[in-house]
Amino acid sequence: MLSSIKNRISYFKKRPVALILFLITWSAAITTVLAIAFIIAYILAKGLPHITPSLFEFKYTSENASLTPALITTLYITLFSLLLAVPLGIFSAIYLVEYSKQKSPLVKLIRTTTEVLAGIPSIVFGLFGYLIFVIFLKLGYSVISGSLTLAIIILPVIIRSTEEALLSVPISYREAGFGLGAGKLRTVFKVIIPSALPGIFSGIVLSSGRILGETAALIYTLGTASGVPKTFLKGGRTLAVHMYALLNEGLYYNQAYATAVILLLLVLIINSISAFLVHLKTKKLKG
Amino acid sequence: MQKLSEKFMKAIFFTAALVSVIAVILICLFLGINGILTIEKIGVKDFLTGTLWQPLKGLYGILPMIIGSIYVTAGAIILGVPLGLLCAVFLAYFCPKWLYRILKPATDLLAGIPSIVYGFFGLTVIVPLIQRLFGGSGKGVLAASLILGIMILPSVISISEAALRAVPKSYYEGALALGATHERGVYSVSLPAAKSGIAAGIVLGVGRAIGEAMAVSMVAGNQPIIPGSILSGVRTLTSNIVLEMGYAEGLHRDALIATGVVLFVFILIINIMFSLLTSKERNK
Repeated sequence: MLSSIKNRISYFKKRPVALILFLITWSAAITTVLAIAFIIAYILAKGLPHITPSLFEFKYTSENASLTPALITTLYITLFSLLLAVPLGIFSAIYLVEYSKQKSPLVKLIRTTTEVLAGIPSIVFGLFGYLIFVIFLKLGYSVISGSLTLAIIILPVIIRSTEEALLSVPISYREAGFGLGAGKLRTVFKVIIPSALPGIFSGIVLSSGRILGETAALIYTLGTASGVPKTFLKGGRTLAVHMYALLNEGLYYNQAYATAVILLLLVLIINSISAFLVHLKTKKLKG
Repeated sequence: MQKLSEKFMKAIFFTAALVSVIAVILICLFLGINGILTIEKIGVKDFLTGTLWQPLKGLYGILPMIIGSIYVTAGAIILGVPLGLLCAVFLAYFCPKWLYRILKPATDLLAGIPSIVYGFFGLTVIVPLIQRLFGGSGKGVLAASLILGIMILPSVISISEAALRAVPKSYYEGALALGATHERGVYSVSLPAAKSGIAAGIVLGVGRAIGEAMAVSMVAGNQPIIPGSILSGVRTLTSNIVLEMGYAEGLHRDALIATGVVLFVFILIINIMFSLLTSKERNK
């Protein structure tokens, strides 16, 4: 160990440029790690002491600033947006990969628009959702306006990851399906989709992460009402929006920190699931 | 029977694929038409190059916001890109395997943190810090650039790292064979070879920075003025919408929608750059 360090030192003594590059690279990495560690430690330190039972009371009052209604609304919104976007996204990807002619202008148009959708900032989606769902279709600030808006936001994510997953299924699987006398549809549903499942799921997990973090697109579509929405036509707030509302009111910094901790925890869970799926995928590919 | 269901499902798949086209068309219709009519009403010149935003007096100039967006994005790039790029080099060429298993999830976590949390962190840590160091309110171009710089790190890191890993190993080995050190081989051969992929990562970072609304609006101060220094308050296109959409009515509301359209055009330009860069990468 010691001799290897000595070797390193004598190596760098003769090569000052290499030493400088080496130091710059390491210090950049260390800076980034410190920044990440500091952000997380700070939020935990400020938030953990304020995670109290009153935060989990079922009803929100101005006294407890409970995050439970927001947590439930987050679940609603996630579920509902996924319900809308996942079948659409998977079907689109099936069309793009299995049915379309790759060079046709229509396919190019579909791909371009998907890319455009992926790049639009959430606040623009928020404006759009507000104009079309809240005002034009008269759905008001509601779970349904919010979910429809989010469904459009996550659609490209699901299309792209499903496409990648479908493309990674070997051609021989398709040939085997046809060879056994299955039609195209049967081959797609019984052979290709099952082998593409981990990839499809990672798209869904990625989308859940996006939904969880979304604020700008929801403020003007889902609204900021503090209760649990009783019907799909009622508004509410997700955890991220809840945090925004708490900060806006300026009285609930401690509760906002606590909410941040819960958000962080959820991101961590989502990331772990996604890492597990990637692991599953690579294992499958290796055979 | 079999044939019928095949045809039916094909039609369903096709319709599903059309949804994203329809969504983009609807966005263009609802925002675009509304925006263009409004801009025409206010006057193209008054809207885009007007320096006063005073909705109560009927003045709707968004030049301060356009410049504000450009400033904070540039700041984010200056702070975030070198750091992210060096990190990507580290992850691709310097990082021991055991450390990689910690660092990669850490940057993924950074990517997953909601923007509102970043904004809150900026508000309670970075703003007071700037206040103490330089005086003033602490909110402004510098605070916004710092937060955005951190927020674009994960995109810059992951895309640049992928670009670096796509460079054939033989380039680097060739450099070593010619007598270059490991560091020199990485920085003068592998890094330049990955430049279009890295540029794509930067462009993606620009897109993320210019479109970010919540975090920026919490730390930027939000005065609709052209900032005179990096400490002065600034309002971006995004925060203009977030701040006022809640209570705006009539022409004021339309002007905010038009602000969104201008933002959309910016993003489209960035998108086109991104796809040009990535298609260049693919053609290689």
